[in-house]
Amino acid sequence: MATASLTEYLFFSGLLFAIGLAGVILRRNIIVIFMCLEMMLAAASLTLVAFSRQRIVDGLPDYDGQMLVFFIITVAAAEVAVGLAIIVALYRARKTISTDDLTSLKN
Amino acid sequence: MPTILFYLFAILMIAGGICVVVMKNPVSSAMGMIGSFIGLAALLIGLNAYFVGTLQVLVYAGAIMVLFIFIIMLLDLKKEEGKEYGGSSVAASIIIPIIFILIMIPVLSAVNKDFTKLDGHALNAAAEKLDKNIPADSHIRKALTGSSDGSKNVDPNKATLPDVNLIGQKLFTEYNFPLQIVGVLLLVATIGCVTLSKKLHGDATDPDEDQRMAKTLAKSTDIPKVTITANAESSDKKA
Repeated sequence: MATASLTEYLFFSGLLFAIGLAGVILRRNIIVIFMCLEMMLAAASLTLVAFSRQRIVDGLPDYDGQMLVFFIITVAAAEVAVGLAIIVALYRARKTISTDDLTSLKN
Repeated sequence: MPTILFYLFAILMIAGGICVVVMKNPVSSAMGMIGSFIGLAALLIGLNAYFVGTLQVLVYAGAIMVLFIFIIMLLDLKKEEGKEYGGSSVAASIIIPIIFILIMIPVLSAVNKDFTKLDGHALNAAAEKLDKNIPADSHIRKALTGSSDGSKNVDPNKATLPDVNLIGQKLFTEYNFPLQIVGVLLLVATIGCVTLSKKLHGDATDPDEDQRMAKTLAKSTDIPKVTITANAESSDKKA
């Protein structure tokens, strides 16, 4: 049975990263920007797991890559909790979450 | 993972990602994101990373997306929808990812490898090379050899990859210190969330609310005081 190769996994994770990057540049809603950031983190995780599966150590996949993904997921969860709390505090203070209106640090 | 399933889930992942960027309504974006994460988790499981794939569904598609949708519903975002994007930002959001993909092409053409197969014989061979500290009756050895006592009688047809056990073994030996640091990080994040969502003193949303709250608090503390003194008096009389 034919299976997908490392190149295909890397290509699709790169594509997902590029889509996330486009979203961060294009969107004005700060929550959607945050979601696109999460997507870029997840794409990087896919790359790590693909390399971990490709590199065989003593007959088993190299689990160091998957440990890194474990820690990435934990840090992402903490980051989302704090980030969304900041967004709610921002919305309370300014009544907007559009990046077009949040320009008080400009000039 | 068979190639057709790989492409099915990869397209689900990419389509979900495009949904996140293109949809005007943030709730639709969040739904696209859930689809994207489920496709990603399926790809991870196809890479024999069962634990990380499950964690992806539980933490990302479960906990994190619920948090996102909760915040989207909490803040009323309907009025943000009608805005048009400027030409320069659209151009930048197309050109910069394309440059990124172009940078990726030489990397991908240099990497041209198929994955080593992890079939029963490969897993049996891996059991021989395991760390000596892992005892003979551990689940790792039993699963890799495919035998019930984890030693001599190897059976390639019953051998499975003990993914969770191997990760757990590595997590609590080699990565024990980073694990404790991550525990502190989660504690700090919790405290940070509580501090950020606490009402500030200068918050002028409803100036009367503090006074009303103070009155209710004063009433509610008055009532128990009376009952306590009454009880104390009655108990004194009894004595």
